[in-house]
Amino acid sequence: MIERLAELVNRDPAIVRWGRRMNDTFMVALGDDQYLLTVREGKLEVEKGPFTQRSWRFAIRAKREAWEKFWQKTPAPGWHDLFALLRRGDVAFEGDQRVLMAYMMYLKLVLAAPRKA
Amino acid sequence: MKLEPIVGRYVQMGGCRLYFEEAGQGIPLICLHTAGSDGRQYRAVLNDSAITRNFRVIAFDMPWHGKSSPPAGWQNEDYRLTTESYTKLVMDVIQTLGLERPVVMGCSIGGRVVLELALRHPRELRALIGLQSGAFVERYYDPSWLDHPEVHGGRACGAVAYGLMSPLSPREHVWETVWHYMQGGPGIFTGDLYFYQIDGDIRARIGEIDTSVCPLYLLTGEYDYSASPRDTEAVVARVKGAKFTVMKGLGHFPMSENPEAFLGYLRPVLEEISRG
Repeated sequence: MIERLAELVNRDPAIVRWGRRMNDTFMVALGDDQYLLTVREGKLEVEKGPFTQRSWRFAIRAKREAWEKFWQKTPAPGWHDLFALLRRGDVAFEGDQRVLMAYMMYLKLVLAAPRKA
Repeated sequence: MKLEPIVGRYVQMGGCRLYFEEAGQGIPLICLHTAGSDGRQYRAVLNDSAITRNFRVIAFDMPWHGKSSPPAGWQNEDYRLTTESYTKLVMDVIQTLGLERPVVMGCSIGGRVVLELALRHPRELRALIGLQSGAFVERYYDPSWLDHPEVHGGRACGAVAYGLMSPLSPREHVWETVWHYMQGGPGIFTGDLYFYQIDGDIRARIGEIDTSVCPLYLLTGEYDYSASPRDTEAVVARVKGAKFTVMKGLGHFPMSENPEAFLGYLRPVLEEISRG
């Protein structure tokens, strides 16, 4: 799913507009698998790890099974939002929380994009 | 073109210009909006002729919210909602508008204060309706980020509200609900959450609610993770006689995110109240 994220986001101006001012790299972890997502004015590039000495602004980590439930076309209650995962303890936000919160609307739309695939 | 039957007015009370909207005639029904939002959340209830035939529906914006002013000197203090200030506000509105034994319906923080009103003022109220009622929510994120000069408050508050809604709710109404959140003043959502997450912990006292004096109806959307059906079940387990319904496919803002589905749950409750 996440391999297709750049394509799904970059062709959708309704998502890109929410990240128009964002120029940063963040990590998404699916269990032990790491991905670096680089945003340039709302457009996304996805690289698959493992990485050596790469910097990121913030990381969003969850188990692979949690992401799979999150990415269901119609997710079940409690699996439908990043903060829903946060309340149940199934996601961790690390790093610069200010930037994470500043772009939360964009991040929620980006990370939910696979539901439409 | 459709001219809605809703009328908006201001009332000066408690050092603030308080804005409220109303429609209909009959039993007064006060509607309490969620943290960081305003009375527009109840637009569908105010526009529903099946309800306004028998009820005078009133939705006010809390001070600091919507079109209501903050008190003079607001620039010198942090806004913080407490159990005392919220309970007093609701009873002051009832008294100022001269409402006799109204029904009070509140969502989220409003769903919490309804439990407080059940404890303190059961004889002055005809019935209480709690939407997304829980006795307490532990902090699972840091709301100070919603009130930070380097984070756009409107965007961040909107993002928090967005996720609390159901993926099944119509997008038009979901994004209208987000818009209300994006219009909130700086620090107001966070100030309301002080009541929701800290001061308004009512767990120790809910067992004292007597529903034989004032009926209590609880309606909770299944997609809410802030006040989840399980949180409301914990209330029901301790409040004898509370009537609980899980609203399928709805989230934390039922009246605003999916008005049509919500009205399907609300109308029978109001019919029962009007018969009682």
